[in-house]
Amino acid sequence: MVKELPVIYLQTAACSGCAVTMLNAASPTIKNALIDQIAPGVHINLKFNPVIMAAAGELAIQVLEDTAEKQKGEYVLVVDGAVPTKDGGVYGAVGERNGKPVTMEQRVTEMAQGALAVIAMGTCASFGGIPAAPPNPAGCKPVQKVLEEKGIKKPLINIPGCPPHPDWFFGTVESIIMFGLPKAEDLDDFLRPKAYYGKLIHENCPRRAYFDEGKFAKKFGDEGCLYELGCKGPITYADCPLRHWNSGTNWVIGAGAPCNGCTQPEFATETAPFYEKLVDVELPVVGAYWANKEAK
Amino acid sequence: MARIVIDPVTRIEGHLKIECVVEGGEVKDARATGNLFRGLELILRGRDPRDAQVITQRICGVCPQSHGIAATLNLDSAFGIADKIPDNGRIIRNLIHGAHVVQDHILHFYHLAALDYVNVADVATYEGNDSQLNSIKDFIKRGALEPFMPRYEGDYRLPPAVNQQAVAHYVKALEMRRIGHEAVAIFSGKIPHSVGVVPGGVTSVPTADNIMAYIWKIKILQDFIDNVYIPDVIAVAGVYSDYAGIGVGCKNLLSYGALDLDGKNTDYTTRDRLFKQGIIGADLKPAPLDTGKITEQVKHSWYEDATTNLHPTHGDTKPKYGKPEAYSWAKSPRYDGKVYEVGPLARVAVTYANGDPKMKEMVEGSLAALKASPAALFSVLGRHLARALSAKFIADNLESWALSLKPGEPAYIEYEMPEEATGMGITEGARGALGHWIEIKDRKIANYQAVVPTTWNVSPMDDGGQHGPIEQALIGTKVRDEKNPFEIVRIVRSFDPCIACAVHCVTPKGRDLGRFQVA
Repeated sequence: MVKELPVIYLQTAACSGCAVTMLNAASPTIKNALIDQIAPGVHINLKFNPVIMAAAGELAIQVLEDTAEKQKGEYVLVVDGAVPTKDGGVYGAVGERNGKPVTMEQRVTEMAQGALAVIAMGTCASFGGIPAAPPNPAGCKPVQKVLEEKGIKKPLINIPGCPPHPDWFFGTVESIIMFGLPKAEDLDDFLRPKAYYGKLIHENCPRRAYFDEGKFAKKFGDEGCLYELGCKGPITYADCPLRHWNSGTNWVIGAGAPCNGCTQPEFATETAPFYEKLVDVELPVVGAYWANKEAK
Repeated sequence: MARIVIDPVTRIEGHLKIECVVEGGEVKDARATGNLFRGLELILRGRDPRDAQVITQRICGVCPQSHGIAATLNLDSAFGIADKIPDNGRIIRNLIHGAHVVQDHILHFYHLAALDYVNVADVATYEGNDSQLNSIKDFIKRGALEPFMPRYEGDYRLPPAVNQQAVAHYVKALEMRRIGHEAVAIFSGKIPHSVGVVPGGVTSVPTADNIMAYIWKIKILQDFIDNVYIPDVIAVAGVYSDYAGIGVGCKNLLSYGALDLDGKNTDYTTRDRLFKQGIIGADLKPAPLDTGKITEQVKHSWYEDATTNLHPTHGDTKPKYGKPEAYSWAKSPRYDGKVYEVGPLARVAVTYANGDPKMKEMVEGSLAALKASPAALFSVLGRHLARALSAKFIADNLESWALSLKPGEPAYIEYEMPEEATGMGITEGARGALGHWIEIKDRKIANYQAVVPTTWNVSPMDDGGQHGPIEQALIGTKVRDEKNPFEIVRIVRSFDPCIACAVHCVTPKGRDLGRFQVA
């Protein structure tokens, strides 16, 4: 008997990059995730995802509302995007009710209330991201903030990244299926799974030796550490240097470009300008860290 | 009289509502509503100009690379280096952009459009050894059928064996588009939101190893396009042949051209490109492009009326939700005051009409296979066919471009960022004509504006009451079953709308008209 895990994937103020990154998953593939048992005995029943679902309009909204009503406490809610809240949330709507648009804020609130757990997919949903950058024209807020303000207490996991690596999302879902919801110690202060966001880019960067030697690239195409060309690897937590992107093909620094810090709460504000050297940042020295630890 | 509201329109990018008034089984009026406003251009103001390349990709995660290219061309022109990009840089940009657009076309046909034509349920009766199809058969047997059900019912016409094969191709196409993105990542790090394309050239360098890795991935895509994608489009067109006359639209087409074959002409409107620039009407006689004729109107958009009919470079956008007569967050771009459709159909038609021999052979060959005249291009099927031809036209050029790279020579040049400057970058995204404009002051962005493909196509009525292209394509359509309005969603999806693109648009305060030189 295969257990069905209902999943609702709501898009709010977003660009669909998070939906597309999931299509890029290599193992499991997106076909494995939609059709097969993603982990033995469990199939993801993706009830609602506007980018791929067959249904449109009322037919689609009906699925959303039926799930909220009939599968209360059973479904995982994934929110992809920040939530526009300014002026009563008029800047974003998903479907209608009684001939009136339903704001994204309302949808997120309603769907979160009946969810088993909530996953904030991407940096917009996790921290506000680019739409929430100054002057934040639509009053966009991260999911966590919206839920706090409405007094909704649900297990919440942030999977930031612009977009996140597909493994970070599917790995988290597989972990919930196989081992249950994450414990407090599995997440960092920003509710990110430590399994993927536990180390700085800088710690595992193959160009780290250049940094330690003081050999810095002066222009794109040069050998050397990209620190002076604006790399935010020293302040950014993610496993990109080990995992690589697009089926392991390459990654940002592998293409000679500086990391722009997209998994961080500071993304798009403090991690910019993207092509200027970090200023006044205390750089972590990995060796010193371990030396201190041993001294204690 | 009935009102059909489809909100949300799914299997597109972003948040779109379509509302049709139907009388006597025919659409009498149609309205397209963009349902999300983020204001990304406001967020750009005051930033380092180079950040535009990073931020504007986030306008749309389905076509980020096209924004990255438009932003970079825009910055090259503002920095005065549009004619100084090394050939390696120009070519690698084409390889990145080309692979991205090809995978986007495959994604659109199989994963966004196909479920309107293909009956997935027929896999339940599959008797064979294809392990993928058998796993889908098991999935159907288990009975939790989302996201493939529910759906509109009553007009799936392909025979079971063809449906089964089409579902197998749906799964195969998932792999194909993933490989397309892998090809992008070879030179651009990762995708969505890639990092390789920057003003001055690219960050990566060509090597024998990455050139060949790229070529072998592209060969897989070429094989799929020739032997699966194009034959599938032709097969669907044969069975749904009435759609060669449905969703005709405004018959005015506009292309900015894309994929630079030359790096010396600083005027992007006349630079030699694989896809040609120009406008064209139902007579298929092309005329040159003049970007000075573009304005954006807002009478039916939720913005202050005082901001209407401005050239994009000095548009001023003040949101005003609830404005009487307005019904969309999208504005109405117009060319010379007229309604224009953009997209693969436009760039294929403009390139064809300019006499490109390869394009001529492809267009005429496929029209002959369909026993159709060029007039059939203006239709739902015409758009799908043009998209497939666009994919082939690009893919067939990528290998020779990759082989012309010169390892050891630069792919990037250094430059000095000016204190003050203006720029324009135009290209074709998968969904059509994409333009970015910038004004720089004190080495910061003073004004940034993007006029994107879907804003053209999904635009609401303009100041003169002319409906936008999708609205025009809907009006007059016969709807057989109002509960299952296949015709409406098939028309809308044939445009491949991307609403995050269409409604990102807010520009800062109005600018002095004379200050912008739009070539």
